[in-house]
Amino acid sequence: MLLEINDLTLLYGRIQALHGISLTVNEGEVVALIGANGAGKTTTMRAISGLRPVAQGSIIFDGTDVTRMRADLRVVRGIGQAPEGRGVFPGMSVVENLEMGAYTRRDRGGIAEDMKMVMDLFPRLAERRKQAGGTLSGGEQQMLAVGRALMARPRLLLLDEPSMGLAPMLIQQIFEIITRINEQGTTILLVEQNAQQALSRAHRGYVLETGRIVKEGTGQDLLHDPAVKEAYLGVA
Amino acid sequence: MTATVNNKRTAGFKSRWAAMPKQVRWAAIAALVVLLYILPNKWFYEYLGFPIGSDYFAFYTTRSDFAGVLFDTAVFVLLAVGLNVVVGFAGLLDLGYFGFYALGAYTVALLTSPESRFGTNWPWLAAVPLAVMVAMVSGVILGGPTLRLRGDYLAIVTLGFAEMIRLYASRNEGIAQGQRGIPAIPHPPGTGTDGKPLFGVVDARPYYWLMLTLILIVLLLIRNLANSRVGRAWVAIREDEDAAEIMGVPTFKYKLWAFAIGAAVAGLTGAIFAGKQTFINSDQFVLESSILVLAAVILGGAGNIKGAIVGGAITWYLPEWLRGVGDLIGVNFDAAEYRILVFGVVVIIMMIFRPQGMVPNRRRAAEFADRRKEAVPQETVPNE
Repeated sequence: MLLEINDLTLLYGRIQALHGISLTVNEGEVVALIGANGAGKTTTMRAISGLRPVAQGSIIFDGTDVTRMRADLRVVRGIGQAPEGRGVFPGMSVVENLEMGAYTRRDRGGIAEDMKMVMDLFPRLAERRKQAGGTLSGGEQQMLAVGRALMARPRLLLLDEPSMGLAPMLIQQIFEIITRINEQGTTILLVEQNAQQALSRAHRGYVLETGRIVKEGTGQDLLHDPAVKEAYLGVA
Repeated sequence: MTATVNNKRTAGFKSRWAAMPKQVRWAAIAALVVLLYILPNKWFYEYLGFPIGSDYFAFYTTRSDFAGVLFDTAVFVLLAVGLNVVVGFAGLLDLGYFGFYALGAYTVALLTSPESRFGTNWPWLAAVPLAVMVAMVSGVILGGPTLRLRGDYLAIVTLGFAEMIRLYASRNEGIAQGQRGIPAIPHPPGTGTDGKPLFGVVDARPYYWLMLTLILIVLLLIRNLANSRVGRAWVAIREDEDAAEIMGVPTFKYKLWAFAIGAAVAGLTGAIFAGKQTFINSDQFVLESSILVLAAVILGGAGNIKGAIVGGAITWYLPEWLRGVGDLIGVNFDAAEYRILVFGVVVIIMMIFRPQGMVPNRRRAAEFADRRKEAVPQETVPNE
């Protein structure tokens, strides 16, 4: 098991955002976390990457308890994240953004290799190499955020709403790339509102409702679950 | 409109500058440095045939002693360069910067002055490194708890810090000797060729040269730092702290570094200032000065070392020069008196039309453009 979350509770001041959620991600999997707005998907991601302190419960990554570990040290351990709202550095060029992704690494050769790999994965980024991150379109920023997370060579890649605000064609494209990244050996935990796409691409999925996990199963099972269908897929 | 035009112009200059061969660029910089060293010399103006005496022109000021004005300007420039590390590079709004300047000055005063209650009577030179250390360590102590705060909170806490230092200095009769201050601070050491001390009371030129040399050294150090991993981490923190953290940047550590380096530069400046002034009291460390340094950094272009230099130089020098012009045309108008008012207005205008400053940093300009985009309501893409 690469990631194991046990009974995680998280507070925003007095408001409880997560009510003891547990989930696991196995090596090589794509796991989708779906749910409505405010269900706690992004909060879960921020807890895993260390941007938000946890009240109770534990996060075990690759056998090590990282619950109280500093966020930057988790990156070194192999947790990479493409944050919600993209979070690219607006003043840095595409290349500089990608270089920031490799901040924890010192193997120049390997970094150059990965840079090429990302450029191959996202030819649009190669075209915009010198352009400032803030001037890219939404889709390009999304690609940059994913590419930048890959630059750390993460063992677990956290993707927070990669399809948010994208045109349908781009959504299709970004999910194809996610599958390809997974096939190249990176484990992925994916948070999405676009349940249809996420579940059809994922090995397993969890459904989050107001800070609790209410359902789990394989991607296909959830896709055909009547309750899930009604609530998240827009079909009765 | 003006902003875009200016951008194009600076971009043109920048690319032409970058296209020049390295030797030419170094020669140009060397020439500028030499000019800066020559600036306070009377013979330089006599050689050029400029009248000196009752008539003044160009960049000369009517202040009886031009070198003194240059020294004050250099003090201000070094302060701006140091604050630029904190505000410009790491994006931390530090309003208490002058507190470190005061700490540096008081450390030197207390350790060296025979009038000090400490009675240590250290030579000036020995006290300077300690003053820098004291400022730096207080930077770490203040930064430790406060750098976990963001934005406005940090500004308020640092503001409180600077006022605490000043109030303590003005009320404490025992050590800081209140309003009376600490007199008889020794000058820097050194003997001139004529056997007289190099650093005296009358001639401000040696102090200016000393300051200029220190500015150059500090600039080299900071420039190297800005181009290193540390500098990249600062930029990342300034642009998006959360994103920086998930790239593996130890954000707290680097914020603390920026804070401590800024404090050390301020402490150094204060130490030199005390050595020239020979007398300090709390009146020399008022809040306005703290704000004025910040205004200088913003005016010049936060995040850009050149911007900080230009901003610092203009903020201090221009009012002095205008005073000279006023005297020349017979208007008794002291521009320096209105410094705060004028720069308040200028900063507001700058924030509206050119928030990235006069000499903008390329990245910083893009960040402002990005922030502007966010402020405009965007067309929402329907979900289905």
